[in-house]
Formats: sequence, C-alpha cells, structure tokens
Amino acid sequence: MMKTMTASPSPKSFGNSEAISVSSLRKSYKDTEVLRDVNFSVPRGCIYALLGSNGAGKTTTIGILTTQLKADNGKIKIEGYDVRKNPQKIHELISLTGQFSTVDEALTGRENLVIMGKLRHVPEPEKGATKLLEYFELSPWANQPVSTYSGGMKRKLDIAMSLTGSPKIIFLDEPTTGLDPQSRHGMWNIIKELNQSGVTIFLTTQYLEEAEQLADRIGILHQGRMIAQGTSEELKSYLPHGAVEFTFEDIETLEKVKSLVKSHKMSSKSEDKQLLIYTDGKADTLAQIFSSLYQNQISIQGFSQLTPDLEEVFLTMIAESEEKSNGSQSNKVS
Amino acid sequence: MEVKATKFHDTVTMAKRCLLLSKRNPDTLLTSIMLPALMMLLFVSLFGNLVHVENTSYVNYIVPGVLLQCIGQCSSTTAIMVNKDVTSGIVQRFCTLPIKKISVLNGHILEAVIRNIIASVIVLLAAMLVGFRPCAHFLDWCVVFILLLGTILTMSWLSVIVGLISNSPEGASSLSAFAIILPYLSSGFVPTESLPKGMRIFAEYQPLTPVIDTMRNALLGKPLNASTFLIAVLWCLGLIILFYTVSLVLFQRRLGK
Repeated sequence: MMKTMTASPSPKSFGNSEAISVSSLRKSYKDTEVLRDVNFSVPRGCIYALLGSNGAGKTTTIGILTTQLKADNGKIKIEGYDVRKNPQKIHELISLTGQFSTVDEALTGRENLVIMGKLRHVPEPEKGATKLLEYFELSPWANQPVSTYSGGMKRKLDIAMSLTGSPKIIFLDEPTTGLDPQSRHGMWNIIKELNQSGVTIFLTTQYLEEAEQLADRIGILHQGRMIAQGTSEELKSYLPHGAVEFTFEDIETLEKVKSLVKSHKMSSKSEDKQLLIYTDGKADTLAQIFSSLYQNQISIQGFSQLTPDLEEVFLTMIAESEEKSNGSQSNKVS
Repeated sequence: MEVKATKFHDTVTMAKRCLLLSKRNPDTLLTSIMLPALMMLLFVSLFGNLVHVENTSYVNYIVPGVLLQCIGQCSSTTAIMVNKDVTSGIVQRFCTLPIKKISVLNGHILEAVIRNIIASVIVLLAAMLVGFRPCAHFLDWCVVFILLLGTILTMSWLSVIVGLISNSPEGASSLSAFAIILPYLSSGFVPTESLPKGMRIFAEYQPLTPVIDTMRNALLGKPLNASTFLIAVLWCLGLIILFYTVSLVLFQRRLGK
C-alpha cells in the first residue's frame, strides 16, 4: 500500500538511531477511521515533515506521538521509549508547539518563558528566558503583554517556549500557518538553525513548498494513510520526466483512451476530462501514443508535457490512492 | 519524597501563573468584592433599622451570607480561567510537560484559595466600616477559617467542573449568578422560618445554611453548636470529594478528545 522511494540518496546522512518509530498505528473516533495503519520512522537529527491536507490526520498523529491521545493500535517509540508505557519519560524528551498559539496573552513574553522554564524544572528559568528572548530577537518586547505582539512574534514566542529545557525532539504542528511570507521565511530559518544544533524536528504542514524547503524526509498523509515517504528528490523521481497530460472532448473518449494505452501507468481526472500518462520520456514512446490515438480517430483537445514538482507528486499520489480505494469499494459492492 | 516536592512545586508555579493572570485582569476581582459589599451596604441601610434578628444588629446577622456571596463570585472567576485554558489549547502544551497533569487544576484551586481569602478579608473589613462588630475569640476564628476554606474549596472545584464542561468563557461565567442567588435561599439574610414554605424547606436542607449558622455563632462569640458544625464540615468534605472526582474525569475526557 505504501510506496517507499529508493532512488537518490538523501543529501544529509543519518545514523541508524531512530528518534521516532511508528508501526501499524491506527486510531478512530467513533465510526470514522482517522489513521489507518500508519508506519514511519524519523532518524535522529532529521527534519521530518508530515504533509497533508486538512483532515488528513496530521494533528491526530502529533497528538498520539506527544502522548495526549491514545492510539487504538500500533507501536510507537520515541528515543527508544514506548509512548504508552513511559509518558513521563517522553515528556522530558519532547516539546510541542500546537497548531494555535498557546501562550498566555495577558502575560509578558518573559513571564511566559519563565513559567515554562519552571515547569520544565530548569535550574535558572530567568536566565534561560533572557537567552531565548535574545535568540528570537524579542528582547525589546520582553516586558510587554503578549496581546500586543504581532502574529509572527507570537509564533516565535511559542517556539521559544518549546525550547526551554532543551528538548531532544520538537513537535511543530503547522508552524507557519497564518504567517505572512516574511515571517514564514524567518520561521524556516529558525527551524533550520534549531535542527543544526542537533534537535530532531517533526513538523506538519499543508504547504508543499515548506516541506520541500525544510524537510530531510517527507511523509505524505492522505485520509489517514501514509501514501508516500522519502526525501523530496525521491518523491519527485516518482514522476518520471516523461509525464504527459491530455485533455479530451468527453469522458467516453477518455475511457476509450484509457483502454488504448493501458500498458502505461496513468491517472485520470474525469471531471476535467484529463488523463495523465507516465512514460519513460522517450520521443518514440510519445510517438506511439499519438499514433494509436490518431489511428483510433480520437481528437485531442489539449496536450502538455509536465516537469514534476512536489505538488504534482502529491496530487498524483492522492489521485492514485483514491482510485485504489474506490476500486476496492466497488469490488466489494459487486 | 522528592517526587512529592516537585509535584507541589508545579502546583505552586501554576498558581503563580493564575495569580499573575488575575492581577492583569483586576476588574473581575474588584467585581467579586464590590458586588457583595454593595449588596451588604444596601441591605444594611434599607433594613438595618427595621430588622432585628436573634438579638443582634442586621449587619452582624448578614455578614456570613455576604461572605459566602463573595466567595461564590470570586470562585466563579476560576470557571472562566479554567475554560480559557482548555479552549485555548494551552492545556495541551502543559500536558506534554514533565509535570503531573493534575497540577494544572491544583494550581487553579490554590490560586482561588489565595484570591478568595484576600477578598474575604476585604469584605470583613468593609463590614466593620458599616457597623459589623465581631466578638469572636481565637478558636471561633479558627472555626470561621475552617468553614471559609471548606466553602472556598467546594465552590472552586465546582467552578472547575463548570469551566471544563462549558463551551466558552461566557458560558462558564453563568456560575456567578447561581453563586449570588444561593445564599439568599438560606439563613444568610433572613431566618429560614420567615421564608415561604417551598423555599424554607430548600433553605433548611441546603449546605450553606449550616455553614452560615455556625459561622455566625462563631463571629458573634456564641457557643459552638457541635452538630451544626459537623453537618457543615461533612457537607463541605462530601462536596469537595464529589466535585474533585468529577473534575478529574471531565479533565481526562476533555484532554483525550
């Protein structure tokens, strides 16, 4: 079900030690399955991006990894400790920055940081707070209530609070959602710098660009399933350079073409009467496709050759996974 | 031993956080002191010359009722604060820290106790300004303190429940209306015998009546009625245990959502 890419080697090399390992994770709320058999592992020192649209199960995954939610099934280990058996130990290793800013708005930036330091049992919470304020360039506003901060500053403070007590793994749930482009780039730099200091970072995002920019490993989560995993290069190589997209007059033609070129891998968008055909990129192959279409008197409305980007991979994989599940459903019905 | 020490340490940190939050929002504290104090002033000036109950001045009679109104008001602030914590998601952050989850709630309770004691002292002082003359001895004050503490804890845990089940801070604030009315339906402002029948039955059996009666006796230096005191203490203890247990269950459920 899951495609693990093994094309080009990862640019950064990681040891064998795993910061996070998840196998056969399942979770449902009442009747809806939110996570269906999710497997992945995150090497120590890596930035891992869990990519998916709204409702894909990203926040649930983070909730389970950070011990807030109980999984129905699965083995989850963080730095070798079982999440279910050792929540207290996990809490010493991790920190979480939720999807929505979780700071006390009525308190000042410094007060927020000092409280967090005390709760993490840091020896000198005041000193730690000063350092973090400097690092995040928030010192000038340190003694002002957070309610006066801009969105970007709040998010920075949020991350700063996560760093008190130097956790080994940081979970960031959609760290840049709602930020303006400039703050977003600032946040990316902060995340990269953090990672360079040796912290493992697990983040979720809806933005492909973000995953591409930041992550050493990307996992694509769709409707509770991990549909692809790998580096951004590996994922892109899933779409060979010869992908071509045709647009036809109507759906009947589309279906006809499907049967004509069934030796090729393809995915269709019926509502747009579009068909994506994956080829080996050779001109001969293209000529063969065109000639068979011509011989069958099929008129082509539109044609384009695609250069793959991550978005394409994302959409293609989602389309494929949906087709698969639709297929299995109709099989069951008939 | 060390584990216990850190557990307490976290509760204190949480309480400090809540105190800071209350300090930044002084109008709620002010309201919870001003409202009962103004009521007291109004009652004393309206009825002070007319009403004489149990051989004492009216102000002496109503001080325990006013105190409980003040505690009720003050505690309902906790409902709002707890609700803000669980709806804003900051609780999620706290629960991934190396602390016992319950210290989040304990912190709120500890802060409520401190805030309530400050408010109670202010209300007592205000009462003295309008003619309240306690003749309590040390042991009497102890009785008053025990009952105050019992009521504060009961009302605060009730506030935690309300805060946990409400969908918004506005909903959570509805507790304060209930807290203001309840003392009227007790022996707080008039002897229960003078109430209409339905109200009288409720007033005689509701927990505030034994608390108020015992407190009044203590403040006026009258001998302690042991059985009333016992009933008051048992009410408080029973409700604290009940509300505490319900809070824990609701807290777990809210977190695991």
